Amino acid sequence: MANKKDVLFGLYDDEEILVDAVKEAKNQKFDIMDVFTPFPVHGLDPALGLSESRLHVAGFVFGLLGALTAFGFMTWINVVDWPIIIGGKPYWAVPAFIPITFELTVLFSAVGMVIVFYTICGLAPTGNTKVLDNRITDDKFCLAFDVTQMDESEKMELEKFFGNTGASEINTKTL
Amino acid sequence: MGSITSPIREPLVTGNKTYHQITEDICAPTERAPSLSWTIAFTIANVLLGVFTFTSVWTVYFGIGTWDLNRTVGWGWDITNFVWWIGIGHAGTLISAILLLFRQKWRTGVNRAAEAMTIFAVAVAGQFPLIHMGRAWLAFFIFPYPNTRGPLWVNFNSPLLWDVFAISTYATVSILFWYVGLIPDLATVRDRASGFRKKIYSFVSFGWTGSAKHWQRWESLSLVLAGLATPLVLSVHTIVSFDFATSVIPGWHTTIFPPYFVAGAIFSGFAMVLTLMIITRHVLNLKDYITIAHIESMNKVILLTGTMVGIAYLTEMFVAWYSGYIYEQFAFYNRALGPYWFAYFAMMACNLISPQIFWWKKMRRNIYVTFIISIFVNIGMWYERFVIIATTLARDFLPSSWSLYTPTWVEVGIFVGSLGMFFTLFLVFVRVAPVVAIAEIKHILKTSGDQYLEEKKEYVKKQQFTEKE
Repeated sequence: MANKKDVLFGLYDDEEILVDAVKEAKNQKFDIMDVFTPFPVHGLDPALGLSESRLHVAGFVFGLLGALTAFGFMTWINVVDWPIIIGGKPYWAVPAFIPITFELTVLFSAVGMVIVFYTICGLAPTGNTKVLDNRITDDKFCLAFDVTQMDESEKMELEKFFGNTGASEINTKTL
Repeated sequence: MGSITSPIREPLVTGNKTYHQITEDICAPTERAPSLSWTIAFTIANVLLGVFTFTSVWTVYFGIGTWDLNRTVGWGWDITNFVWWIGIGHAGTLISAILLLFRQKWRTGVNRAAEAMTIFAVAVAGQFPLIHMGRAWLAFFIFPYPNTRGPLWVNFNSPLLWDVFAISTYATVSILFWYVGLIPDLATVRDRASGFRKKIYSFVSFGWTGSAKHWQRWESLSLVLAGLATPLVLSVHTIVSFDFATSVIPGWHTTIFPPYFVAGAIFSGFAMVLTLMIITRHVLNLKDYITIAHIESMNKVILLTGTMVGIAYLTEMFVAWYSGYIYEQFAFYNRALGPYWFAYFAMMACNLISPQIFWWKKMRRNIYVTFIISIFVNIGMWYERFVIIATTLARDFLPSSWSLYTPTWVEVGIFVGSLGMFFTLFLVFVRVAPVVAIAEIKHILKTSGDQYLEEKKEYVKKQQFTEKE
């Protein structure tokens, strides 16, 4: 990795304490690096000020692409490339194209959205994992600050913050 | 958490669990050496898988003449098995997608295993059209690719081609949905593992960290995938039913087929989920996560869909009579009283009558009764497809071509072997991945865990007490 980050993080035992701590950190204008939890905690996104995910837009765009691809392809084949009468139907047998158009809409939308999800989250089967603490995927709720640029007094202040908000452990790690 | 669960709801996680205990309980089966019962089951499944491989190779080598299909019965056990497995493969997506949209919390206990079951059932189902093609190595002909024969395209007006698209889309989307859900749980296993196991799980968990933004996107993705999978799951069996319904064979050419097939698919899928879950919760000791409440909910679905399927059988009968069309009338007379009357009887008894026992709450909550009925339903649904396919084809328009069809050892071997393939995959799955969605169980713990519900009951009691004063 290009830049190593020094991370100071506190571990909380319960998601309710964590959400309160996040709110407190926002109040005190601390710059939160990230929050890691073992499961999706509702109420955390507004506390962190995260805007709603726009992933569904990707789903719509890919779905539209799938629909157009399927319908256009079938139209081109049956009308332009090799017109053939099947069961006395017209070449451009729109109702018969609906099932495949629907299936490809779903297929493109799902595959596209999953690829976008992995890409923007930076998830890939590369084998290297940057985990602050192994218990974050178990039962610890982690609030992390990037302290690479900070001096000792600022770090002390963060440690005091962790103490006041009920963190059960305070650790540092270089990622 | 500001929970809004009513205190009269049954707990979905029992045993006073903490977050850590949930991790321990669900990861444990992947971390210990295989038990004796698993080893025995795996050995049997592998032997059956061997039977499947042998009979499939036999079929491909000698041709499908080895199945004793004849002039009129061109589809026998093979397509029966195909529809049966595809039907079973509907419950997973139903549980994970439709129940997610309906916000049914009990889905969290069973969704992971049900989705895995779906994928394996679809994989098994896919084998049947493949070997039925005879020249299995030319299977890619079913896809519209530019070829040197013109290019000669596939027939987009044919339901059989729609089926190709429906099933391959369904398989792909199910795998994606399942794997996206699995990633956080694989990360949990990764963070507990060491050495070589840790390396493998680091790869398969895609470097998941549990960041707040990732969770938000993950939830958004799950919701949209559920929204996409819901019409998809309904479309797949609808299109499978089109394979029959758009033909002009009396007994197949009916508009009731799509809803009737979909209900039947859900019915058989839930039966297979119950069969597997009752064994799994016992063997892997997951009774606190897959509770009697879960089983009761699934039994209600069995009762509902079983009755729907039953009504469809009776409606078909009525419509055949009411149509005044003698060929349709004969088709149904022949189904119930013809040479395959035993299959029709088995279908009616297993699918329509046996689930009616679940009107009684005591029966819905009885593990043994549930297990037996789930087996009945599995058998009944296989017979349903056999009745639709074989009895109809055995009595052609011309009495001179009437025939009877009995399977050969090759076909029986393929069917029994397909069970082996399915169970081999499932047994491997329970060893390598968490069978219950860990993150999702933790998510509902504070609203549906027994200790939290108990607290709320106390609170409500106190409230009522003070109001009386």
